[in-house]
Amino acid sequence: MTMTNIRSPGREFWRRFRRQHVAMVSLAVIIILVAAAFLAPWIAPYSQTTPDYDALLEGPSWAHWAGTDSYGRDILSRMIWGGQVSLTVGFLSVVLGCVVGVALGIISGFFGGWIDGLIMRVIDVMLAFPGILPAIAVVAILGPGLVNVIYAIALSAVPVFARLVRGTTLALKETLYVQASRSIGVSRTKLMLRHILPGTLPAVIVYASLRMGTSILTAAALSFIGLGAQPPSPEWGAMLSDGRSYLGVADHITIFPGLAILITVLAFNLFGDGLRDALDQKLR
Amino acid sequence: MFEYFLRRLAGTIPVLLAVSVFVFAFVHMLPGDPARMVAGQDASYEQVENVRKELLLDRPLWEQYLRYLNQMAHLELGRSIKTHEPVLTLIGQRFMPTLWLTVVSMIWAIIAGVGLGVLSGVWRGGVADRLAAGGAILGISFPSFWLGLLLMDLFSVRLGWLPTGGYGTWAHFVMPAFTLGSAVAAVMARFTRSAYIEVAGEDYVRTARSKGVPERIVIWTHTLRNALIPVITLTGLQFGFLLGGAIVVETVFAWPGLGRLLIDSVSFRDYPVIQAEILLFAVEFVLINLIVDLLYGMVNPEIRLK
Repeated sequence: MTMTNIRSPGREFWRRFRRQHVAMVSLAVIIILVAAAFLAPWIAPYSQTTPDYDALLEGPSWAHWAGTDSYGRDILSRMIWGGQVSLTVGFLSVVLGCVVGVALGIISGFFGGWIDGLIMRVIDVMLAFPGILPAIAVVAILGPGLVNVIYAIALSAVPVFARLVRGTTLALKETLYVQASRSIGVSRTKLMLRHILPGTLPAVIVYASLRMGTSILTAAALSFIGLGAQPPSPEWGAMLSDGRSYLGVADHITIFPGLAILITVLAFNLFGDGLRDALDQKLR
Repeated sequence: MFEYFLRRLAGTIPVLLAVSVFVFAFVHMLPGDPARMVAGQDASYEQVENVRKELLLDRPLWEQYLRYLNQMAHLELGRSIKTHEPVLTLIGQRFMPTLWLTVVSMIWAIIAGVGLGVLSGVWRGGVADRLAAGGAILGISFPSFWLGLLLMDLFSVRLGWLPTGGYGTWAHFVMPAFTLGSAVAAVMARFTRSAYIEVAGEDYVRTARSKGVPERIVIWTHTLRNALIPVITLTGLQFGFLLGGAIVVETVFAWPGLGRLLIDSVSFRDYPVIQAEILLFAVEFVLINLIVDLLYGMVNPEIRLK
């Protein structure tokens, strides 16, 4: 076999991922959303907070593409700024939950014994509470607010990451290269970080991407019921809860932010599905 | 079977204890002093100390915890800070609306989800299959509160066919149950489809077909009955999901249930109510998991012996 027949894993992954058209489109959508959110100060046509009492509850027009809300604020501008909030909250909560969950999973799988037993019992208890409820419970305790929402969503992501990584760790621990490293006296910390952690990453990346969608949805739901972002924050869920009072009068307040949530969550879910197929990961 | 039941029942004890510690610790994690909270902002130092003694907050933590467990066991949940009503009464008033909402939503989810799942399993690659695949990913990505608002806009505000919110007649159930159940239906359709396809590939299905059993009987008796076993578990697990989702949907439709009570209590910092509700939700989850385990043990003897 010549060298040209061997493809790098990265290139092999890209070759497979590229064939998934839906996932490619989703990736493009995600890039556009992220770019728009972080270029908000330059591309948002109006201020996100300054009221304009001459333009209350106006429908979509050339001046205001998505109309204005009850304070005359431009909804498109608020949606662009709101993207910053939603994406940041989603990203931070996934990263936080991922780091803690991966750490617990590797430690649990690597050490085994009573450490494993203890960690897995805690994880089992956490897994007994699915959906949005654990997040609501945490916010109920810490009090409403975006920072607490990040903690709450991160916490509910921890158990699944831990389970996922523990399983892979158990398998990797028995592989020849890990056994070999161990036999030449590589430290346990180094074994976990250098030799096992990279092997768990494909599954972690896939789940993290799927989790982004869920986290953004949960954060929006929490803001909608009044436990997350507080007015005048342009968080999408909070904007929707505003729109509720103007159903039938100014439907655009309800329609556009909801569409933004749907498109974002859908993009992350479809992207995650594509990643899973390209990385050949079976998650549950 | 009885031994299995006892084992499962014993397994719920650590979970309930963990939750009770969590809920108990909650009062002590709060910023501020609970004694001052009860005494009021402008109470004097002596008054606060008196309240502390009265509520036995000066006792060691473990003693307080044991007393708390004892109170919970006797359903002494305290009084609401906001309305001064007993928490048990408040929860009692709100319990049935939420239960009915989740039950009706679940019925809708089972009919739509299992139905669509089976259709797409039987005619793989057909119209129903593609519809279900698209619907499933859409279903898990769709914000339920947005769906609720859109339905309300169309059917209540524009057409005037259904009430915008509240509780009472069957008409009040239509939109909330559809909103809450549809996300679950999406998950169930996906799951039922793969369960059906898996069973359809089994040897005994092929044997039945090859010996000339009519297709209708192959589908109903040989495939469907076996494919639905894992669906039972999923139904149970999704009940927990519905209880959480109900909190959001109740907010949309002004439903007088436990979810609204919880949200109102959080905004008002009505801690006795929050504490009791979190504990109640935990007990519900544990009960549901227990029932699922038992049902599963009944239909699948293998599990029992593990």
